Amino acid sequence: MKITKEEVERVAHLSRLNLSVQEVETMTGQLDTILSYVAKLDELDTTGVPAMTHAFSVSNVFREDRVTDSLTRKEALANGPCQNGEAFVVPRII
Amino acid sequence: MNPYELTIAQANRQLAAGNLSSRELTQSCLERIEAVDDKVKAFLVVTPEQALVQADEADTIRARGDAQPLCGIPLSVKDLLCTKGIVTTCGSRMLEHFVPPYDATVIEKLKGQGAVILGKVAMDEFAMGSTSENCAFRVPENPWKLGFVSGGSSGGSAASVAALECPGSLGSDTGGSIRQPASLCGIVGIKPTYGLVSRYGLVAFASSLDQIGPLTRDVTDCALMMNAISGYDPKDSTSARQEVSDYSSSLIGGLQGMRVGVPREYFGEGLDPEVREVVAHGIDVLRDAGAEITEVSLPRTDYCVAVYYLIATAEASSNLARYDGVSYGFRDLEVKTLMEMYKETRSQGFGTEVKRRILIGTYALSAGYYDAYYKKASQVRTLILGDFNRAFEQCDVLISPVVPTPAWKLGEKADNPLAMYLSDVLTISANLGGIPGISVPGGFSRDGLPIGIQLQGAHFREDSLFKVAYNLERGLNLPPQRPGIA
Repeated sequence: MKITKEEVERVAHLSRLNLSVQEVETMTGQLDTILSYVAKLDELDTTGVPAMTHAFSVSNVFREDRVTDSLTRKEALANGPCQNGEAFVVPRII
Repeated sequence: MNPYELTIAQANRQLAAGNLSSRELTQSCLERIEAVDDKVKAFLVVTPEQALVQADEADTIRARGDAQPLCGIPLSVKDLLCTKGIVTTCGSRMLEHFVPPYDATVIEKLKGQGAVILGKVAMDEFAMGSTSENCAFRVPENPWKLGFVSGGSSGGSAASVAALECPGSLGSDTGGSIRQPASLCGIVGIKPTYGLVSRYGLVAFASSLDQIGPLTRDVTDCALMMNAISGYDPKDSTSARQEVSDYSSSLIGGLQGMRVGVPREYFGEGLDPEVREVVAHGIDVLRDAGAEITEVSLPRTDYCVAVYYLIATAEASSNLARYDGVSYGFRDLEVKTLMEMYKETRSQGFGTEVKRRILIGTYALSAGYYDAYYKKASQVRTLILGDFNRAFEQCDVLISPVVPTPAWKLGEKADNPLAMYLSDVLTISANLGGIPGISVPGGFSRDGLPIGIQLQGAHFREDSLFKVAYNLERGLNLPPQRPGIA
């Protein structure tokens, strides 16, 4: 086994997902199959091979610090699932 | 011929000659959508009023003599490109009511040319899938055979173009999501070099792999759309400061002096004999057009799916962390604590495949597993790019199948995620390497399902890709066929 039910539950918490008992069961089986498959990468020796993060490297993408048009507060709030016209409203945290 | 049957280039000539107005063309496409979309199910939303306003504006621009190649041309748009004022769902309940306050750069560019947006088309949720069956709202069907998949994740784009609802569409390709549906629906689709087309306003899936590109009925139209959407964009920091070519100018001449490589690993086990036959014929056509055919090797091909499903899921798990129920998208308003707000919002808003990929990606990035999975995959990715670079020392363009099989029945692979992932084996390497790839219609199976041929090129060599694609299309000279949507 590459992954246990307990690990799936732990990863679900890290991912901020609630999984039902049934979902944990199914996902454990499916993730195990997928992780067993990707383990084939161990066949390759990658000692000293740099990791690739982008197709070609772009670095230090700077621009002038100029003020340009941006969204109004009204526009920025428009898609908020809960907002009071001034800010997004979230459950109390303190 | 009905206006909706015209390609972009044909429509352009009719519009320029004054035989057709954009309003008539747009009206014709809208009527076609009305007539067939109940069966094809490509569109999530059709915007007829706005489309006709844009069409009238295009007619005015044309009357002034300022028409660019896409002026007055009706197009569909994959529902993960932000369209100002038009709901953009990404195929997800999470964004069911999301109305972007701005246009994606590619949409701005299309509008700048006077193109007409007909509506938004279906896709796998967050572009995660190979059949569009993961769309939360509507699953498109293959116009050549209803009940069969249109491919994915840009299934709605491919189905809308193949069903003659519009002459072109914009899709996105993270692991084959433009080329694979184009192949399965018998149309042309290109994934450009990473960085050639701005991703600003594209809902992110895997940021080092995602790329926007057009789907059209022929190579000429594909070049016209690429001309319109390519180029540096300061709003996308991964956008390449690259001189943009006129791809239409590549659509001439034969292939003398052009070397076409056949990667032997792309013709292995599991390749449907009919697909093999179609590609073999394509190779003959290119040879007849003057190309030198040479066998090449991409030795790590067999590892691409594993690398892809670690890197893409890792990036997705990070990108999709933004769906927290705070500033946009769905939120469970019943819960009382912040943690439950996050968890319930995400659990109810995301579909199963998206959850599965977030879990894999989070696992691959988590403490203790990072080196074994994400870092290892990123190192193998370097080797895969090295394989491509060596191959492109021996040839200009690679030819191969796009998908190992023609389209399959809806539901056939839905219960087996790994089998579904493995169907992407021939397209995902281009995303890992950041190179361009195009799918060109190659023929049909005996069951009447389209089979595409894939061409891949070196970074920013879309010009070579278009030249070979054009010769392939011309040499194959497929009889004009229309899907008989029953």
